Amino acid sequence: MNNKTDLIEYLLRLGDSALIQGQRLCQWCGKAPALEEELALMNVGLDLVGQARNWLEYAAELLDDGRDADDLAFRRDERAYRNLLLVEQPNGDYAVTILKQFLYDAWHLQVLSGLSQSSDERIAGIAAKAVKEVTYHLRRSGEWVERLGDGTDESHQRMLAAIPEVWRFTVELTSADDSEQRLCNAGITPDVAHVATAWQAKVSEIFASASLPVPPAPSYFYLNARRGLHSEHLGILLAEMQALTRAYPDATW
Amino acid sequence: MQPGELIASDQGARPAQPTDLAAAWATLAQVMDPEVPVVSVVDLGIVRDLDWQAGHLHVVVTPTYSGCPATEVIESDIRDALELAGFKAPQLERKLTPAWTTDWITDSGRERLRAYGIAPPDGSTSKRSLLGESPVIACPQCGSAHTEVLSEFGSTACKALYRCCDCREPFDYFKCI
Repeated sequence: MNNKTDLIEYLLRLGDSALIQGQRLCQWCGKAPALEEELALMNVGLDLVGQARNWLEYAAELLDDGRDADDLAFRRDERAYRNLLLVEQPNGDYAVTILKQFLYDAWHLQVLSGLSQSSDERIAGIAAKAVKEVTYHLRRSGEWVERLGDGTDESHQRMLAAIPEVWRFTVELTSADDSEQRLCNAGITPDVAHVATAWQAKVSEIFASASLPVPPAPSYFYLNARRGLHSEHLGILLAEMQALTRAYPDATW
Repeated sequence: MQPGELIASDQGARPAQPTDLAAAWATLAQVMDPEVPVVSVVDLGIVRDLDWQAGHLHVVVTPTYSGCPATEVIESDIRDALELAGFKAPQLERKLTPAWTTDWITDSGRERLRAYGIAPPDGSTSKRSLLGESPVIACPQCGSAHTEVLSEFGSTACKALYRCCDCREPFDYFKCI
């Protein structure tokens, strides 16, 4: 694999993760538990979808096969998506939604901070913009983890129940494959060990003030989103997300 | 078309010249943000640069937030305004670096935001606001500093929702970024 293929895979991973997380957040639209949270969820989702567009536009240019960012977002099949397994998990109750968001945000911020120093100018530009938005995302999700974890008996129980729903998927956040290692050696992406350490520190810090136990670090998981092997939830999400585009393939906005 | 305007008009008939850059800036100073129609795209620092390239006006714009839904509308408004002013087929370049920051909002832009009822971004983008300290914001209605934040995300991604504890009115705060 040459560097360009590695780069495309990495851009898809960033873009798809933001896109799928944005789609999950949309699913709360009209049903969020509080008005202020409704606004927050939709705004965070909008930021993520906007970032996804930036990543997918760059990926489409590198692929150079006639597809644009919309084609990549709405016309690929499940096996072609490279998003993190974490973000495709269902929203569950609000505890699961918040926990998922926090774990993703903590990783996302570290990755974007590292990418702001990328030797690839385009990546550095997109990341430098996104990192400011994601700083606000992490602040909000971290505060909510604290509020729910250290809240009432019920909110604390729900947070405890939420952890095993998502924890095993976090193994992807703290590991890299050969392709990503090559990009790191070329100065394009940040060092995964550094991202992992910072992520673990943030999670420990917030969990401590939320009175939540940090589970042992997850080890091998049999699915591999880097090779398009997703959980059963992605297919269902894509069916809904792509229904309109596939029903009217020639539609223009 | 505005009421009273002549149907036949020579507006746009005289092609603009390279010496008309000042006129281009003046034109863009009249292109308002679609969401907050009291500040122009120049006030907001969205238009970064204007110059002539190969006989066409070249406009460098920068999107505010990654997911701002008004980005395309703003670009199309810029294009329309320039065409109407005689600048044929302006070339718009969307530049991501350096990233847009509220530091680029002009003082007059901030005043117009305040008059409209939106508290302008607090000073410059010191890391403080991004690292977890909610700034103390004066109420744009009554001026009181006795305000509290209700949500970090308001009616749009760029604004937070505050409430004045004195006059009891809620208001939007344009977040520092």
